[in-house]
Amino acid sequence: MIDISESVMQFLLAFLVVGPLLGAAAALLPSRPSPDRRPSTSRFAAPLPVTGLKGKSPEQAVLRHGVTVTGAVLVAAIVLAAGFDHAQASKMQATTDISWIPALHVRIHLGVDGISLPLLVLTALLTFLCALYSYFKPPAGPAPKAFVALLLLLESGTLATFAVLDLLLFFLAFETVLIPMYFLVARWGGEGRQAAAWRFILYTLLGSVVMLLGLLLIGIKAGTFDMVALATDNGRSLTATVQVIAVLAIGIGLAVKTPMWPLHSWLPDAHTAAPTVGSVLLAGVMLKMGTYGFVRILLPIAPDGFRTFAPYLAAFAVVGIIYGSLACLALAGRGAKGDLKRLIAYSSVGHMGFVLLGIATMTPTGVNGALFANIAHGLITGLLFFLVGALKDRTGTTDLDALAEKSGAALYGRAPRLGGLLAFGAVASLGLPGLAGFWGEMLALFGSFEPAAGLSRPAFLTFMAIGAFGTLLTAAYMLVVVRRVCMGAVPQQTPRLADVHGYEFAAWTPLVALTVLAGLWPKALLGLTDPAVQQLLAGGNR
Amino acid sequence: MVALAVLVADLFVPAARKPALGWVSVAGLAAATLSLLPLLDGRRTTFCLTGQTGVCSYTADHFALVIQFLVLGGALLTALLSVTALKDARGALPEGEFWFLLLSSAAGAALLPAARDLATLIVALEVASLPAFALVGLRHGDRKSSDAALKFFLSSVTATAVSLLGVSFVYASTGTLYLTQIADRVQHVDGQLHTVAQTGVVLTLVGFAFKTAAVPFHFWVPDTYVGAPLPVAAYLSVIGKAVGFTGLILVTVVALPSYAGAWGPALAVLAALTMTVGNVGALRQQATRAYSAVRLLAWSSVGQAGYLLVPIAAAGYAKNPQKSIGSTVAYALMYAAVNLGAFAVAALVGRTRERNRVTDYRGLYATNPLTALLMAFFLLCLAGLPPGVIGLFAKVTVFSAAVDAGLGWLAVVMAVNVVIALFYYLQWTALLFRAPEGEPVRHRAPAPLTAALALTAVLGIALSGAPQLVLRFASTGLF
Repeated sequence: MIDISESVMQFLLAFLVVGPLLGAAAALLPSRPSPDRRPSTSRFAAPLPVTGLKGKSPEQAVLRHGVTVTGAVLVAAIVLAAGFDHAQASKMQATTDISWIPALHVRIHLGVDGISLPLLVLTALLTFLCALYSYFKPPAGPAPKAFVALLLLLESGTLATFAVLDLLLFFLAFETVLIPMYFLVARWGGEGRQAAAWRFILYTLLGSVVMLLGLLLIGIKAGTFDMVALATDNGRSLTATVQVIAVLAIGIGLAVKTPMWPLHSWLPDAHTAAPTVGSVLLAGVMLKMGTYGFVRILLPIAPDGFRTFAPYLAAFAVVGIIYGSLACLALAGRGAKGDLKRLIAYSSVGHMGFVLLGIATMTPTGVNGALFANIAHGLITGLLFFLVGALKDRTGTTDLDALAEKSGAALYGRAPRLGGLLAFGAVASLGLPGLAGFWGEMLALFGSFEPAAGLSRPAFLTFMAIGAFGTLLTAAYMLVVVRRVCMGAVPQQTPRLADVHGYEFAAWTPLVALTVLAGLWPKALLGLTDPAVQQLLAGGNR
Repeated sequence: MVALAVLVADLFVPAARKPALGWVSVAGLAAATLSLLPLLDGRRTTFCLTGQTGVCSYTADHFALVIQFLVLGGALLTALLSVTALKDARGALPEGEFWFLLLSSAAGAALLPAARDLATLIVALEVASLPAFALVGLRHGDRKSSDAALKFFLSSVTATAVSLLGVSFVYASTGTLYLTQIADRVQHVDGQLHTVAQTGVVLTLVGFAFKTAAVPFHFWVPDTYVGAPLPVAAYLSVIGKAVGFTGLILVTVVALPSYAGAWGPALAVLAALTMTVGNVGALRQQATRAYSAVRLLAWSSVGQAGYLLVPIAAAGYAKNPQKSIGSTVAYALMYAAVNLGAFAVAALVGRTRERNRVTDYRGLYATNPLTALLMAFFLLCLAGLPPGVIGLFAKVTVFSAAVDAGLGWLAVVMAVNVVIALFYYLQWTALLFRAPEGEPVRHRAPAPLTAALALTAVLGIALSGAPQLVLRFASTGLF
């Protein structure tokens, strides 16, 4: 930990939110004049050939701009993490509090604590890696200028979601990501992208307007939109009825985003159709916005209302775990024409089920587990989507049957490093002890072994048992995938696939390293979240 | 008062027939807008009853000033759009008449929010509408145009007649036309006259509901907008609505607060129906049909009228109706800026693409990147999604007015409508950035059109950065 003055910290946090926004605007500005490449001719040209490292075309320039901005944001996030006072992880740090719209009592209130810090760093890291990846492998589709601008806008919205401490600003940030993600899927996506993008945005918007109603209800009844004040109040100024209605409304909005079974149906389509970078960010970062909202808003602000719904939430969560795993098993089977991206998307439904189960226990153990699983899922699923994207680039398909043919795709033989990484990702995803995936799921199950006072223990014990069975199913389908994709005999005549490129290594190594680190040294993360979670659940001052 | 004086003066200026007429009108409107500034400090009244204080026909309080600003600003932007439209029409539109009608209609619309007695209110409503009929039908020898005018005229006259009947009923039962006095006396109406007073209220509201294009008085909108010259459609969509909801506010909140139990639920149902019908209508528009762009804007304006009605309905339930009214005003200001912006882009595209279909906007980004980005911004403001921050917060104020008043069901209906509306707004937005079909046409923007676009864009973006500018009306009393 470095000692950084408070004002610098404030600046860093504000920069995290505003920096990408300015970068997005800058990306849209006309690039250096290049008379032979007027927009009307170049913008809609066929997919760009992968130019070399030293590409000087405007396309390369704008992609480099994206790398620079996200890089700067990542550095800022790391410095922020370094300057964060770990001894007081439960305290809001680097806070800024400026009045913005007095009429609506909206304040620009930013701050970071042990819950939001890991998510901020994760977002900055994943976006940077995505930008880096796209620099070397420009997305197939229209010109990258808009791509970079949308990516940065997306980053800004996501970071803002984790950094703001005002309910209406939270809503604003929550909505900001919709438009960029829509365009990323609809314009750079694969097959069926239009329908998938529509489904994504209509579902999430419907959820979030309902959420807005809940937020307004809380704000109007409690007289403030400030999350810190509301959390301190711990729901004392809200009647039970208001809490129940608000939790229902906000919960629906967040559950669509998370996504919770049965509101998940937008997710597989969106993931499958999105470009690699889109899937990585969607799974790695945006799903976390939903679970973060549960922890940050519902748990501390309306605890009584949440207690009413906690058993239902847990029930839906375990159904999601089982459903996600069964869907994956079905997709992984021979002859099912399962799409690898779709499979990973369904596995996300299962993983987010564990996160929701942890939150629903309302115990420090469970919530810590949920937050841990959040980060772990971001790292691992991000990595898996990168790998599948790379596989698609090489083989032209993500269809399991087409890949595996009869005996298996034999990735170990044809591209050993890629195969090894894929196996690593799969194993991490199934929750092997020693890797990041393990702790979150274990803690979530552990939390439901002894749920908070007022929640039915037998019910949660049942959920725990079902959830544990879900981990077995997860292991089953992940191993099937590894067997079908990585193993198998190498036919003599098949050409070897290009193995992992340098830039791919650069983009993936941090994820692999962090997965191992979080698995071996969970305290690094839990030490941050635990004090903050204790504080949130207990209310009290900050 | 200065505003009115300038406006009256304006009416005579256009009598001189010159090509520069348009600019004179623009300058007049700008001067009228500026002349509102000295009045900002508080309330002034005139045409008062002698002997009784506080009973006046004309009051320039904050509410009136804000709406006057909206009306005059909107008329100014319309005038900027019209300069080009008239030039392009090359004589098909008679210039002198056009300016005269536009300005007199704007004068009526500016008078209306300051009117504080029913007679003045009706006169102002008529001054605002009658020239509008003529404006719609002004295109010589165009059957669609005169059809539209006739449709507009007939339905509007019926509505006015009905509301006049309502006014006479109210007068009969209370014995006064002054709004504040009505508010007092209507509570002491005899049992026998009670029904008469109630019928009067309902009938008066009908006239204003028509102007706002609330369901079931909306059917004239799409055809009228398509038939009218484009700037006139823009004018109707913003100023016509402003007139309607101002009248509604005056009649309901100022004159008849004691009848809130009657008009509150009625307006709530009206609002729900209006937004649903408007948005579903917009959703059903086929992008390839002729004039579908204007048609879509027309239907969406019906939907937006529904949102505008929500806070007025909420005022019937709330303890503090002033705040709800402020939400309507704030929403109307946002809507005026971005809707006129969208119409400005439509006017620009309509210059080269005669049929102005939604599909004609395909690939606009390739030829006119800045215009396309602005159009996207305007449409997203209307949809209420970031980056259209002001649209989002304006919707939030409307939602919060509804939630505050306990109108949960209305808020949910509105939430569903916001999603429906997003579908067609975003579809249009996405089209802007698609690859163009066929030979792309570069739209050249003449100076007045550019000015109108720039003005609305600056307004929209400034408001997105500092929503407080309009949203403060939602927290302070306006009367």
